[in-house]
Order: sequence, then structure tokens, then C-alpha cells
Amino acid sequence: MNWITNYVRPRINSMLGRRDVPENLWIKCPETGEMVFHKDLEENKWVIPASGYHMKMPAKARLKDLFDGGIYEPLAQPKVAQDPLKFRDSKKYTDRLKDSRAKTEQEDTILAGLGKVDGLKLVAVVHEFNFMGGSLGIAAGEAIVKAFERAIAEKCPLVMFPASGGARMQEGILSLMQLPRTTVAVNMLKEAGLPYIVVLTNPTTGGVTASYAMLGDIHMAEPGAEICFAGKRVIEQTIREKLPEGFQTSEYLLEHGMVDMVVKRHDIPSTLARTLRILMKKPANQTANAVQPIAAAG
Amino acid sequence: MHNYLDFEKPISDLEGKIHELKKLAQEDQSIDTSEEISRLEARARDAMREIYAQLNAWQKTQVARHPQRPHFVDYANALFDDFTPLAGDRRFGEDAAIQAGLARFRGQSVAVIGQEKGHDTKSRILHNFGSARPEGYRKAIRVMEMADRFGLPVVTLVDTAGAYPGVGAEERGQAEAIARSTEMCLNIRVPIVSVVLGEGGSGGAIAIATGNRVYMLEHAIYSVISPEGAASILWRDSTRAKEAATNMRITAEDLKALGVIDGIIKEPVGGAHRDPEQVITATGDVIAKALGDLSSLSGDAVRAERRQKFLSIGRNL
Repeated sequence: MNWITNYVRPRINSMLGRRDVPENLWIKCPETGEMVFHKDLEENKWVIPASGYHMKMPAKARLKDLFDGGIYEPLAQPKVAQDPLKFRDSKKYTDRLKDSRAKTEQEDTILAGLGKVDGLKLVAVVHEFNFMGGSLGIAAGEAIVKAFERAIAEKCPLVMFPASGGARMQEGILSLMQLPRTTVAVNMLKEAGLPYIVVLTNPTTGGVTASYAMLGDIHMAEPGAEICFAGKRVIEQTIREKLPEGFQTSEYLLEHGMVDMVVKRHDIPSTLARTLRILMKKPANQTANAVQPIAAAG
Repeated sequence: MHNYLDFEKPISDLEGKIHELKKLAQEDQSIDTSEEISRLEARARDAMREIYAQLNAWQKTQVARHPQRPHFVDYANALFDDFTPLAGDRRFGEDAAIQAGLARFRGQSVAVIGQEKGHDTKSRILHNFGSARPEGYRKAIRVMEMADRFGLPVVTLVDTAGAYPGVGAEERGQAEAIARSTEMCLNIRVPIVSVVLGEGGSGGAIAIATGNRVYMLEHAIYSVISPEGAASILWRDSTRAKEAATNMRITAEDLKALGVIDGIIKEPVGGAHRDPEQVITATGDVIAKALGDLSSLSGDAVRAERRQKFLSIGRNL
């Protein structure tokens, strides 16, 4: 399935009643153990209704949920070299790619779209975590660069939703090179005077945090997301002691000054739109989704 | 005393014999060992040439980490005049894992930034084995910003296993510090020339290695994750580091072939530690040539060139 058919397919699929998951699937809340019927979970944007736990949200669902009326133009996946290192560990990298493509119906981890949020035009870039842990390789790096270029051409902001274990090791040094490459893209947008907002989702770690995920004008984070450079296991092995409670969660990062706000998934589109309208000196959207003002703290 | 690596056994055997013969000749003047010694020395040289001509990725990793390998401080002392180290990030503290300062390089004012690993227990602890915390990267950012304002080219000497994975480093924004340092490298309007001296360890390296020209010493390695780290993640078995080193393509030759670096600086036979002076001079010559080539570019052009260089990586594979 390519990216153009992808544009219309989801609707046809839903009309035909095709489901990605079995009808009887129940999902367990990782926090409380409560069982939730998948349809109820999907309807609640993958947030467990009772506990408020934010499950990982599929990239496609994220774009559909974000944009007004679920309408957006998907950006094409640029063509890049596949498996330049001819890499294999316990499995061939090309086989891992094939498996992930079958599982996610995506070319690689990045999905990007151009559309409107609360009437405001923007480009959104989302990592699909189910595609090799959302890892950053040449394909993802190039898709991100192209998305930034598109935002510049459209004179609109870019919103990034990272969900990634970090660099894609199967691409070796070329995955590391995506750190400076994506950083160039971020800076081109900034120089064009356009806002760049990062919405950190669970998990955002490693090389992704050490580049575009930490370079936003504004950093929002979903509740309870794991956000870090080095993982807990690595740190424990290095310092050989217990880690502080809540270490490397969104709330912990808020306390340590690394994110601006922790925002519940249901409030993200409206918070983005409100913030971006102020940054871009556009009048508040008086119509539809009028947002409750946030009272100043203190 | 020389530290031999496991694959240097034939060399250590021969050099051991030479050492014994020399001692014997000293003790008993009547024995003439000179002919035997020169014969063994020739054999040792041949063995070394043969072994070092075909080092695999894991052997290079060992050479790159050799305790006697020349480090930042050796280069700083030999290549620069008036090297004036600067301390602190003006926000939290000083991090000696990253050394940064002002200097004269062959008559030209420059800023110098690099990781120092230390050469004995005391200095290794002082420099945290070359693994920097956010303060180190923020000091680098500070010095790059200043270099930009004063129009000083920046020379970076990279040698780190990686940024430090610790609680404090995470709390103070290790990822953000690395991202901002890479960003500063990309934004300044003065030339940056980077050389990976030993280990180029992932984000901790790229934060100061995003240069207009990037070189590696012949036996240096540069990688997205250490071979041990890759093995433990990919095979759940860190003893397969050798395999990971090979598969990940981390040698200077690999990176040149992939178009990630601009050139390779030859090391003396037996590695940089066998003749530090030679390799340091060679490194200086390469830096001088690169700075000369970049000197004709305007500030905007030098920045555009650097951005374009990184955007192009991987596009023609």
C-alpha cells in the first residue's frame, strides 16, 4: 500500500468493516490492571477511561484525531537507501523492515500530514512506535527534513510527536547522522520565523531526545511518558544504585525545567491551537472548540 | 612498560626477547647480541606491520581505547601555543570531561574544544574518563558562541565513549545539552574542523563533531552505540561486541566509504601510541590544510556549506 492510496483507504476500510484488531480484544491497563474493551479504548483516544493512563497511540489515529474533521494531506515518504550496511543481527535488517511494514502498513516510522487544527494550518509529524520502536534511521530523518521543508513552503508551524527508542542501530553511524540532519531542518524552520512545538509522548529516548525532540520552542508532554537520554538500565549499571521515584517521567521533567507543560491527550489539539495562534499573532478562534482559559498559577 | 593488546602477542614475544638480550649484553660485555637483536627487531617490525595492516573493527576498538594512546591534552600541548583553557558553563558547574579554550594554532587565533579521558587514575576520575555531563556541552556551546562573535575558527578533538549516563546528568538535561551543542555547531558562522582521535561515542561525540570537515585517525572508531552496547541490545549478549563492531561499520575506512567523514589521518605502524609526535604533527597538518581551504568562505557560506554537508549525508548511497 503506498501513501496516496493510504489517504483514502482508511475510510474505505472502515466502511467495509475491516479491523486491525480482533473484535473481542480486551486491553489491560498497565497501571491498574483493569481490562478495557478495545473499542472503548479507541473511542477514548487510547487513554484508559478510569485510570487516565495514556497508552501508546497509533500514528495514523494520532493524525486523524489531531486534524479538524480527521482531514489532512499525508506527506509522501521520500525514497532513501534501504539497508546501506547490509546489517544483520539475530535477523536480517531487511526482514525486520518487512515485518514492520506488514504490521504497521507504513514504509517507516514517520507519518506526516498537512492539515488544520482548530482552523490553523500546520504540519504534524508523528512516530509510529510499532515500527521498530519508532527508531530514527535514514528514512525517518529524510521524512522529517521533508516535513520541515513543507512547513516552510506552506509558511505554517510544525508540531512533532516523537515516540522512539532512539537511533536505529541497524543503520549504524548513518542513524547518528540524523541528529545533525534533523537539527538543520529545525533551524531552517526557526529562521523562517515559524513555530516548532514538540509534544513528547511515551517513550522518547536516546538520539531522538538528543536532537529534534528537545529543540522545540515549546515542549509539551503527555502524562506519564518516559523521556530520557540514557535508559534506566544503563544508568543503574553505571551508578549501581536505585533511581529516584518517577525518574524520567513527564512530570519529573516538568519539575526539572525540561518541558513547559504536561498536557492530557484530549487537550492537546486545543492547547496547540491556542499557543500557536498567540505565537503567530492570529486572533483567537471564537467558533467551535472555544477553549477554557488556563488560570495563572499562584 | 608497554601495554600489549591481546592480538599483539607475536610482537610482545619478540620485543620481550629483544629486551632480554639487551639486558644480557649489558650484564656480560663479552657477548655480542647486536646481530641477533637487529634480526629480532626487523622481525618485530614486520610482525607489527603485518598485524596493523589488517586490523579488524574490534581490534581497532581496542587500539582506539589503548591507555597509552595520545589524548586531547597531548594534542593541545603540542599543536597549540598559548592554549588557555576556560572553565564552567555559567549555569551549574565545570565539567573537566570537556576541555575548551582559546589558543594559537600555527599563528592563527582559534577556539579548541575536545574530550579528555585522562592518563592515570587520578586524571581519569577528574575528567570522568572523557564522558561529559550537560555542563560540559554547555561550556562547549558557550565557547562556540564566543568563537562565532570573535570570528575564531573552531577545532574540535573528539574522544569519548559517550555522554555520561547518570541521574544528575539526566536531571539537568543531558539530551537537551547535546541537541543544543549540535545546533550551535550547525549555526555558527566560523569554520569548524573536527578530528576523532580515539572513540567517537554517539550523541556525546556528534555534539562537538558537527564540523565543516570531519576526520578520523586511522584506528579511531565512530559509532552510534558502543560495540558492547549494541551487542547487549541486539543479541542480549555483550560478549558479542566483536561481531557488533564488524556489523556496525565503525572504522575510519567504513565511514569514509559511507561518506560520513572527509578523510583519514594515517597512524604510525603499531598505533598512535607508538609514535605520538608523528601522529600529532600529521593531525596538525590536516587541520591546517582544512582551515586554509575554508578561510576564503564568508561566514554565511561557511555555515551553509556545513548544513548542506550534513543534509547530503546518506542521500547518495
